[in-house]
Amino acid sequence: MNRTIARLTMRGLLSPRRLLLLSLIPLVLLAVAGLLRGLASGLAIDESTTVLATLGIGTVLPLVALICGTGAIATEIDDGSVVYLLAKPIGRPTIILTKYVVAVFGAVLLAVIPITLAALILVGADKGVVLAFAVSALVGALGYSALFLLLGVVTRHAVVVGLLYVLIWESFVGGAVPGAQALSVQQWSLSVGEKVADDGLISAAVSLPVGASLLTAVALFGLYFAVQRLRSLTLAGEQ
Amino acid sequence: MTTISVDRVSRWFGNVVAVNDVTMTIGPGVTGLLGPNGAGKSTLLHMMGGFLAPSTGTVTLDGAATWRNEDIYNHIGLVPEREAMYDFLTGREFVVANAELFGLPNAGFAAQTAIDTVQMEYAADRKIATYSKGMRQRVKMASALVHNPSVLLLDEPFNGMDPRQRMHLMDLLRKMGAEGRTVLFSSHILEEVEQLAHHIEVMVAGRHAASGDYRQIRRLMVDRPHRYTVRSGDNRALASALIADDSTAGIELDLRDGVLHIQAIDFVGFTRRLPQVARERGIRLYEVSPTDESLESVFTYLVGA
Repeated sequence: MNRTIARLTMRGLLSPRRLLLLSLIPLVLLAVAGLLRGLASGLAIDESTTVLATLGIGTVLPLVALICGTGAIATEIDDGSVVYLLAKPIGRPTIILTKYVVAVFGAVLLAVIPITLAALILVGADKGVVLAFAVSALVGALGYSALFLLLGVVTRHAVVVGLLYVLIWESFVGGAVPGAQALSVQQWSLSVGEKVADDGLISAAVSLPVGASLLTAVALFGLYFAVQRLRSLTLAGEQ
Repeated sequence: MTTISVDRVSRWFGNVVAVNDVTMTIGPGVTGLLGPNGAGKSTLLHMMGGFLAPSTGTVTLDGAATWRNEDIYNHIGLVPEREAMYDFLTGREFVVANAELFGLPNAGFAAQTAIDTVQMEYAADRKIATYSKGMRQRVKMASALVHNPSVLLLDEPFNGMDPRQRMHLMDLLRKMGAEGRTVLFSSHILEEVEQLAHHIEVMVAGRHAASGDYRQIRRLMVDRPHRYTVRSGDNRALASALIADDSTAGIELDLRDGVLHIQAIDFVGFTRRLPQVARERGIRLYEVSPTDESLESVFTYLVGA
């Protein structure tokens, strides 16, 4: 961790204006949760968990993580200002790790906490659902952030590629082709929540050992390769 | 005292060769890297700054490879060509952040010294987003100087500067050079390089075309054959008078365009003689234009030399 890099990244990523705009995403989730809660009859608990899984873990979390993960480094690489970080006697792992921590922080602030609140609104402190979604969202944030940080270092089109992954692969293909769900950060995150909540309340396409190990692998792999890519980052392609 | 050594370095992108078998040594003092746009100056600077791997050959800083070696930045100050900085910071915050990133114990003091050096105190607390190009350039300089490096690499530092800012930066770089630092800057403008650099390396089309102090480079550039297009009241009479003069090597009478194409061998002599000859014969000169004065052609000539 480098405090200066963290500060710079934070100010770039979460400026007041951006924070205001970004918070619209979790606000939608909270508004939906409030509305559903306000319905006279209320939702059945399994309906509530479906809403939390698809809207919270399946949409808000990846979107926020995408914006924070790529925003933590891709913007600087794009405009070239990353040179001021790279032309310093600082280990590349330190730079990536710091960016990662900031990205995760953003995702916690704008996705994990709101998802937890939404679970509290919809279900209440019952049957371990709130804790389950909090943990799911947190591990999901750890996985997504690493993945999207890597994308930010690897490609100039990180946001597009990330959106394609989230929308096409996880939502669309994952919804239609069961096998594709085995390779989805969303399902891996839910596999953790599945174990925390009471039986049958949250369902994931993979078992906990598979989900947890794939999630860990992707996070470590993502960070490792991000460091390697940053080491060989070429800044000459600007002419 | 720090020396940058470029040893038989080539760099290609796909099948485009940007730098072609270049060998040079840059020592203390101010060195100008001169060449037209696209000559490979930036590519070379990027390799020296450790942001690009040579395809072949080695680039070293006092014997240590610059590629994938973060330690070199303890000794290098880098002034990139691109404008992008952390625009949401003030100039002071930016320089302080750079000082912290260099791991300096007293970042605030180091930053203040650097800001004073580039004379940016008056605007240090304004956001960088509000800066003019010249101000940005100076803050970039401050951020590169903040750790007191022995090497300063600057990519086209004078671009977009007004004459006063240019002069100030020149003074600053001269001072840095006189202090024994190794200062290397790139430019495509001969006059800039000539005014500032005690040593010049010329790059053309990826090749190392010439090397020497500015007098040597200047002579190479001035002593080459020059071509002129001249339109006058009586082209034929002017041609016959000029061919008798020592300063010309050949004259073509272009009847269709009504001009003379003159090959001059003595640049100074010819430019002095032409108006004299014209006046002696009572011939009016309508147009005298050098046909190959573009920088490109000057450099192309140097490559052939």
